[in-house]
Amino acid sequence: MVTQEILLWVRGTGLQIAVAVFVIGMVFRMLHIRMLGRKKSLAQARGSEWSGGLRTIWKRSLVSTRLSARGYFTVIAGFIFHIGFFVTLLFLSQHIDLIRAVLGLHWPAMPRGVIDMAAVLSIAAMVALLVHRFVDPVKRLLSDFQDYLTWLLSFLPLLSGFMLLREIGFEYITLLTLHIASVELLLIVAPFTKLAHMFTTFMARWYNGAVNGFKGINI
Amino acid sequence: MEHETLEQRLHEQGISRRSFLKFCAAMATMMALPPGSASAIAATLAKVKRPSVIWLSFQECTGCTESLTRSHSPTLESMIFDMVSLDYHHTLQAASGHAAEQARDDAMKEFHGKYLLLVDGSIPIKDGGVYSTIAGRTNLDMLLEAAEGAAAIVAVGSCAAFGGLPNAQPNPTGAVAVSDLIKDKPIINISGCPPIPAVITGVLAHYLTFGALPALDALGRPKAFYGETIHDRCYRRPMYEQGKFARTFDDEGARNGWCLYELGCKGPTTHNACATTKWNGGTSFPIESGHGCIGCSEPKFWDAGSFYAPLPAPTADIASVAKTAAVVGAAAAVIAGAVDRGKKTQLQQSLVKLTVEDLKGD
Amino acid sequence: MSLDDISIKVAADLNSIGSVDALLNEIATRLERFIASGETAMIDLKSLPFSPSEYEALRTALGRGEVSARLETIGDSELYETHYAGVWWVTHYNVEGDVIADLIEIAAVPAILHSQPEDVQDGLERLQRTLSQEK
Ligand code: SF4
Ligand code: SF4
Repeated sequence: MVTQEILLWVRGTGLQIAVAVFVIGMVFRMLHIRMLGRKKSLAQARGSEWSGGLRTIWKRSLVSTRLSARGYFTVIAGFIFHIGFFVTLLFLSQHIDLIRAVLGLHWPAMPRGVIDMAAVLSIAAMVALLVHRFVDPVKRLLSDFQDYLTWLLSFLPLLSGFMLLREIGFEYITLLTLHIASVELLLIVAPFTKLAHMFTTFMARWYNGAVNGFKGINI
Repeated sequence: MEHETLEQRLHEQGISRRSFLKFCAAMATMMALPPGSASAIAATLAKVKRPSVIWLSFQECTGCTESLTRSHSPTLESMIFDMVSLDYHHTLQAASGHAAEQARDDAMKEFHGKYLLLVDGSIPIKDGGVYSTIAGRTNLDMLLEAAEGAAAIVAVGSCAAFGGLPNAQPNPTGAVAVSDLIKDKPIINISGCPPIPAVITGVLAHYLTFGALPALDALGRPKAFYGETIHDRCYRRPMYEQGKFARTFDDEGARNGWCLYELGCKGPTTHNACATTKWNGGTSFPIESGHGCIGCSEPKFWDAGSFYAPLPAPTADIASVAKTAAVVGAAAAVIAGAVDRGKKTQLQQSLVKLTVEDLKGD
Repeated sequence: MSLDDISIKVAADLNSIGSVDALLNEIATRLERFIASGETAMIDLKSLPFSPSEYEALRTALGRGEVSARLETIGDSELYETHYAGVWWVTHYNVEGDVIADLIEIAAVPAILHSQPEDVQDGLERLQRTLSQEK
């Protein structure tokens, strides 16, 4: 009776718990940071905070041309991982089924070939990044336990998802359960680790850009 | 009153050896054995004594019996009269009332330790089992009594095997499966709602041929029939792989025979033989008729969300949980923010201003 | 209303599953073994997940040969040699006409066509009884 019941749990109660923790955690952290507030600047504004903020969010999402070789590797591999991750997350038909069931929204899925490629590239990029983290002395020095933990938590959903699509290694039901469980783990841990960067990145960029924009600095 | 062998029985009826061989070929197919084993099956089957079978129906809808009486091979009559001696089945037997109960008692005494006990339906155990009784006795009581002298128990259908519909939330009668109550007898679960008739007879044939239960999976189901999922053997599988899904039951995709995953097909998580053994004398199986698998041979399938919700869909309400969580998170942040501000003002107030006097020292 | 009135069409690429080819290869291997060592074989078609169109494709691929036979015992049975000698298609029906076994048999003659020793013995006894009665 075990496998079916575990699957039922992760599709129901487990998911409810994970979503609750994720939303509470994220909303709390984002609002909390926001409420730290800033002293009102008494200076005369020389430009708009909004346009500066938005511009920086955009600009820092591009690959800078002034990078070292190490920098290039990290950024490119990081890009591949993130793009692959979001392509599979948003355009696999099964994920759209889920989104439709929860939010009522839906859009066309991408062909399975594209998804497969995105997943494989994404997995490869993650592995390459991990290896680089071990090999590169500077990165190794900078890494702590949380870096490896968050790597693992982001890697597991990708890997289990790919195995599920291709039914590799285990039965469908086992893989489906593992996949959902791994995502739930990610959701639960995300707000309290570096994974919160999925939101804080944009806040931080906006903040930097807005400060500059206010001063009329155009970068 | 030892039962005679099947060979004697057939011979008396003037059934030729060749007919018997044909019958065994059908059996081999049914048991998912290599087709060449038909002659070996014939050799053993001919020699065995027909075992006594007692069939108890508990909290059930008679669908399993209906399924069995539609069993195409061997026909029910031939099975009843030739392969086993069905000594008690309250729907199928001619006797009724006290005579029927007497027949059961007699068979239980006569073949103590040797008879095969077939059970369909779940057993309600809440409030002492009063929710289902036969001749004034609770199902629970009857099962415990009959199980005591059984050589093995066959739980026919998802209700007897896993609790089935009566066991679905909120399970008002406290319905449980046979295996929840009986721990000291070999139990074989033939799940399905109803089970494929050929599987019921196939398992009986296996028991007769080999004198033992077939290999079982972790849920006590015969591996020969439940070893693979519907999805593993589904002829629409290439469509699934290509991402071709029907969206509604009458769209272009549905007409083209595309995969029914998005229409709620539970084939990927359901172990049963429908895709190969098929239904109605091998005519087809549900997916061939354009309807997804509802997962009827798996535990708790009634509680696994809508039959028409795709597998990735959550089985509980996620949207309202998220909404409540957002409110809770925001409230917590406001409180934390107020606390922060309080601390800040406190610190500011407790700040002692440095004056020139302080710097001068003394 | 006939079946044709229902607007269901079987998509052509359902054939792409490739199991018909796989089965034909299997038959070829078994035939080689039969020629080399006389080892007969049976393949249970019901254990294979054919779509209706694949099943038809298999029938077409194997074709029909020179011999066919019919058993009339607990329902009919239909046996015929396919276009490839030594490859027999054996279908057993029950009394109601449902298919109860569907087999490909690799043999000189399908086993079930042989007269069974028990039946021969039985037949002899009956014949002798008749003869003794006539005297
Ligand atoms: S119809 Fe169901 S069982 Fe068949 S391939 Fe699609 S999901 Fe799998
Ligand atoms: S296809 Fe699925 S729901 Fe239908 S009978 Fe088979 S196992 Fe049960």
